Order: sequence, then structure tokens, then C-alpha cells
Amino acid sequence: MDAITENLGLFGRGYLLSLQLCLWGLAGSLVLGTVVAACRVSPVPPLRAFGTVWVGVVRNCPLTVVLFAFAFGLPEVGVNGSYWWLGIAALVVYTSAFVCEALRSGINAVPAGQAEAARAIGLTFTQSLRSVVLPQAFRSSVPPVGSVLIAMIKNSAVVGAFGVGRDLFSVGNSLTSAQGYAALPVLTGVAVGYLLLTLPAGGALAAVERKVAIAR
Amino acid sequence: MSPGTGTTRTAEATTDGATAARGAGRSSVAGGGAPRATVLYDAPGPRARRRTLVGSIAATLVILGLLALVVRRLADAGQLSAERWGPLLDPSTEEFPQVWRLLGLGLRSTLTAAALAIVGSMVLGTLIGVARMMLPGRTRWPLVGFIELLRGLPVVIAIYFTSRVLPDVGVDVSGLPGADGLWYLVIALVAYNMVVIAEIVRSGVASLPRGQREAALSVGLTPGQTMRIVLLSQAFRVMLPALISQLVVILKDTSLAAVLGIYPELLNRANRIAQNLDNPIPMFITVGIIFIAINAALSRVAVVVERRVSRSTAHR
Repeated sequence: MDAITENLGLFGRGYLLSLQLCLWGLAGSLVLGTVVAACRVSPVPPLRAFGTVWVGVVRNCPLTVVLFAFAFGLPEVGVNGSYWWLGIAALVVYTSAFVCEALRSGINAVPAGQAEAARAIGLTFTQSLRSVVLPQAFRSSVPPVGSVLIAMIKNSAVVGAFGVGRDLFSVGNSLTSAQGYAALPVLTGVAVGYLLLTLPAGGALAAVERKVAIAR
Repeated sequence: MSPGTGTTRTAEATTDGATAARGAGRSSVAGGGAPRATVLYDAPGPRARRRTLVGSIAATLVILGLLALVVRRLADAGQLSAERWGPLLDPSTEEFPQVWRLLGLGLRSTLTAAALAIVGSMVLGTLIGVARMMLPGRTRWPLVGFIELLRGLPVVIAIYFTSRVLPDVGVDVSGLPGADGLWYLVIALVAYNMVVIAEIVRSGVASLPRGQREAALSVGLTPGQTMRIVLLSQAFRVMLPALISQLVVILKDTSLAAVLGIYPELLNRANRIAQNLDNPIPMFITVGIIFIAINAALSRVAVVVERRVSRSTAHR
């Protein structure tokens, strides 16, 4: 236990850095995922094809391959950045495909009759999207998007393991490797740190779900 | 989190987008050709078709322009040279056989780890799932806590944990066939995926009509027999697509070992070759294509299996 109590400050800073990583990933992947989803459901065939290819490629590729390609490949073509930003970029690209599919499943969950009824009473395209279709689609995509984002929190550990700074994983790694602390207590501390990220996120998600649930 | 929402989310979270994958399969069958009416927009009239055409041309130009920029950038940085791609594409270069031999070995290691992990996690996952369903009342709480704990832990941490802590506490895997790293990886993958599969098993059994269990019990089967003969055998059919999707997740997760460098699977081998030949971009593109090909094929199988399962259960 000494390993944790002696280094509580390090763990705390590591936790905050991991949290930061997650928040950047969250913001980025929601934006990019929404753009890709918009492409995938648009009436314009080339955009739909782009969305389909993006999802098919990114989703079937392990995050680690995306990460290695970004971290080692991009500097070769003159895109330079710290591992921190390249890592976040890889996390965002990877998660965007899952966010896209979660949003799309929300749109597919809206019964077609809703849109037909909206058109039948004379709502225009924008009106029917804004006041009928999208609000419902948004509500039904909350649970799948939430589980994607919780998976992303866990995936952010991969970016951490890649060595982006003094986040939770790196703290554990340096305490066990360089400073010779026993692995079990240190890694338990790291694991608890991640549970402190995922479990509250799960709780928050459940609360949001209860709030937006549609009573059908 | 409340048990109710937990269950529904499990089905989605476990498959890591598998539900979406199945939706995608359906729409790609239905879609194609001219846009039809969807929930988002009506079937297009002549003016909308003209607008779509203009939009299509503009979008194609933009996409081609971006592609051209990327290719130009790659070419300017010398990334399209024969020197960088030759070892992967040109059989007459001296590196070609060696590179592909190593990649083949890596792929074999990846597949070995994935196969061991899926078998292990299916066996243990079924046991845990059944235990969770059959334990009475509060006695299942510790098990539920254990499941939630393992599910909330990043897999990469689990792998790091097994590779560092198991040797420390005197667990010796060197007696098992294969490299030590293989077993650390497999143990960690099993630990994570068994609880995921336990939840798949549970939701599979929960999806069966209640009468199945009641009928089995009323003809005099014991609860154990009911579970084994009546419920699990039917649930496995329903679960098959989700299990295949989980195999995709496991296959992708084997590459986490490369981040820690504990096991020479495909990505680890590729990374070392790329460092030797100084061709990371061609190398990671190749590895990506290999993973995508295998996983896309597996996802396709999952879609086909799901269609067959849902057809046969519809007639029941």
C-alpha cells in the first residue's frame, strides 16, 4: 500500500491528465463522428460512399494500428506533433466510426411514419428534421453513443500506454519499472484510477438515459 | 448503474458496434442506386434529383481533390518510392521473402492468441453467466461486482497487469507451450472477454420465451438440466452473431500486446520490420489491410448467421 500512499500526488496528477485525454477524445470524436454520420445518411451518393468506407476501414482496424500509423507514419510526411496530440488524433479517428454508427442507429430507430406524418401536415424539410426527426433520433442514440464513449475512456489507456506523458498508465509504468515498486499495488492503483473514470461515466450515462428515455 | 439499463447497454457495449454492424449490413442491401425515401427525406422529385446531382459532382471533386493532396504529400515525402514499397510488393527484391515470412509468423501468433482467448472466454464466460443466473438472491452480488470490475478495466491495463504481476506473485506460465507473452496476453484477454460473454449469455437466455423454462421445469427437469438442455442450447443459436462480433473485438485487442511489446504478434513484427527498413507508412497500411480483410470477413459471417438465425426463429 505504501506505493500508493507515498505517490498519491503522482497518481492524482496522472488521473487528471487521463481525464484530459478523455475529454479531448470525447469532444473530437463527437464532432468528427457527427460529420461522418451526416455524410452516411445524406442523399448524396459520393458522401454516403465516403462515410461507408470510413466506417468500414476504421472500425475493422485495431486502435493500435491507427495509433502506430499516426505516431510513426505522420511525421514521415511532415505532420509533426507531440505523441500527445498524435495519440488524441488517433483516438478521435478511431472512435468517430463508432460514434457515427451509434448516431445512425438512433436515426434508424425513428419510425418512418413520424417523418411521413410531418410531411403530411405540411412541415418543410428543415422543420420536419428540426422538430420531429432529429429530437427523437438524438434521444434514441444516447445509450449507444454513451457506451461508445465509455469504451473510448478505456481505449484512452492505450494512448496512455503508448507514452504520451505523465498520465495514469505512465505513472504506473515508471513507478514499477524505474523506481522498483512492487507491481501489484501500483497497478491496482492504476486500475482503481481507471475505474474512477469509467464507473462515474456509467452512472452519469444511466442518469442521462433516464432523463431522455422515450416512453413508447 | 441500475441493473435494468445495465442489461440493455451490455448487449450494445459488448459487441463494440456489432449491433451497428448488423444495421449497416441491412442498409447496404436495401440501399444503392438512386436515393429513396428515408425517415430523413422524401423520395426526390426532379428538382431534388438535380440538386443531388450537382451535390454529387461537387462532393466527388472535393473527395478526389483531398485524395490528390494526400497522394501528392506522400509522393513529395518519398513515401511512394519503390524503395519503401518494394519489400512488400515486389517479389524480386531481396527483402520480400523475409518480410512476408516474418509477417506470416506474426499473423500466426495473432490468430493463435485470438483462438485461445475466444475458446477460454467462451468456456469461462458461459460458466459465469450461468452462475449469475442460477445463484439465488444476494449471493450473486459478489459475482456481479466482479463482473462490473473486470468490465470497467481497460484491456491494455489487464494485459500490463498479467505481464507484470503474475511473475511477481509466482504464477509460472513457462510450463505451457508457446511464449510467456502469449499466455499473459491470453489470460488478460480471457479475463476481460469472459465477463462480456457472460453478459451475452445472460441476455441470450433472457431473450427466450418464458414458457421454455416453465415447461422444462414442469416436465420434471432439474434447474441445472433446464439450463443446459433447454435454455443454453437455444440461447447459443441466438447469441452466435454477437459471439462472432466479439471474436472481431478479441482479434483487434491482440494487437494491444504490441504497445507493451510482450508478444511478437502481427503489429509488433511489422513495427520492428518498419524500423529496420524505414518504411512505417507502407508497413502499417499493409497491416491495416490484413486486419480489415479478416475482420470484414468475420463481420460478414456474423451478418449472414444473424439473418439465418432470425429467419429460423421467426418460424418457431
